[in-house]
Amino acid sequence: MKKIVFGLAAFATAGVVFALAISTPKPRYSVEQWRAFESSGDAAAGRRIFFAGGCDSCHASPGQPDRLRLGGGLELKTPFGSFFPPNISSDRTDGVGAWRNVDLANAMLSGVSPRGEHYYPAFPYTSYQRMTPGDVADLITFLRTLPAVQGKAPAHQLPFPFSIRRAVGLWKQLFFYNAAFPPDPTQSAEWNLGRYLVDGPGHCGECHTPRNVLGAMQPGLYLTGAPAPDRKGKTPNLTGAVLADWTKADIVEALTSGFTPAGDVLGAGMTGVVRNLAQLPQSDREAIAAYLKSLPPRGAPVTAKLP
Amino acid sequence: MKRLATVVITLACGIGIVAAADVIAQRRELMKADGVAAKKLFDMAKGATPFDLAIAQASLKTLATGAEKTPALFPDDSKTGGGTAALPAIWENKADFNARFAKFSKDVAAAIAATVDEKSFKAAAPAVFDNCGGCHELYKAKSG
Repeated sequence: MKKIVFGLAAFATAGVVFALAISTPKPRYSVEQWRAFESSGDAAAGRRIFFAGGCDSCHASPGQPDRLRLGGGLELKTPFGSFFPPNISSDRTDGVGAWRNVDLANAMLSGVSPRGEHYYPAFPYTSYQRMTPGDVADLITFLRTLPAVQGKAPAHQLPFPFSIRRAVGLWKQLFFYNAAFPPDPTQSAEWNLGRYLVDGPGHCGECHTPRNVLGAMQPGLYLTGAPAPDRKGKTPNLTGAVLADWTKADIVEALTSGFTPAGDVLGAGMTGVVRNLAQLPQSDREAIAAYLKSLPPRGAPVTAKLP
Repeated sequence: MKRLATVVITLACGIGIVAAADVIAQRRELMKADGVAAKKLFDMAKGATPFDLAIAQASLKTLATGAEKTPALFPDDSKTGGGTAALPAIWENKADFNARFAKFSKDVAAAIAATVDEKSFKAAAPAVFDNCGGCHELYKAKSG
């Protein structure tokens, strides 16, 4: 009997040690490794990445019109609980003003905080991991030019077991690669730019891809439409079905003004996305359209209508 | 007597449901007409189709009718059903919802008054279009 208890205890201990070992946060860059990009940041170029990434959609202080006041605190209700995006303004106490550049880079690329903790993937580093270090350096430089906003966002409200932050490390083992992707040399430069913007900073898949029970995007159903993050309606399938009748120019127009070929206007979460994408050069929106038009139809056609 | 009351209540409920389905259908029709009109206006404003003063004025009047009639078609018993994409936020922020329609009405009226030729139309149109996104962002579930 004693032996069995001892055996079980040893087994459980080994399990815990193993779980702790593989859930260790792994920042992609050390201070030394990031040094190569340290001084290359360009604020004007970073502004483009900021709007491509839609940082303000989650981090802008709610209830005020200035999209560049990044005090955080907007409640994101998800099936896993409520997330409150943090203050990423340049405030040294409440924001990221006192962070090193490498801290910001690792937050966006690896989902790891300066204290070495995991961020929840409500912060879409699952897409941002694909951003180039040059773009991240530019974005950091731009962020540092934005005003300091005082006040911290509320803590996330997550029920057990989602409240165990370390468990995100196990999730990352399953669903996160912590790596960029190389351009596809068989495709045009425009297509590669489009894919980069859509799959990387634009993080389109985060809302337009169905998730599994653990909240990870299902690769086989990438961009095929999903329940909206707030569960109010659905996001449409971007692979063929809805966009089949749209020309490239139609997509560019919708991403610039919000107007669809049918005379409707993109609403819900897309209003903010369009507001941001309208800030990009026309060539970026054309690249996004070229990439979306190239996607082979996949998944069940998801209509954007309510059930 | 009891039976009569039951019948009356049943009928009343039935009428209530029909009425709710009816206003949902009505407001959907109005928004659809708005979409068709907005498309014509938008294409002309962009220069995708040639400017036509009669079409511009007729389309603006469609929007004016929609802006005037639509806000009254959201009674408390029409929150669900009929394929509506209306969000509960409408009824939680009714004052803001109505104020936005009032502003839309005002902006459309201004555009109708200002539009006498292509140049004046193109100058007046953006203020009209600016109204669309705000409501669809907050009050409509369907996004495309």
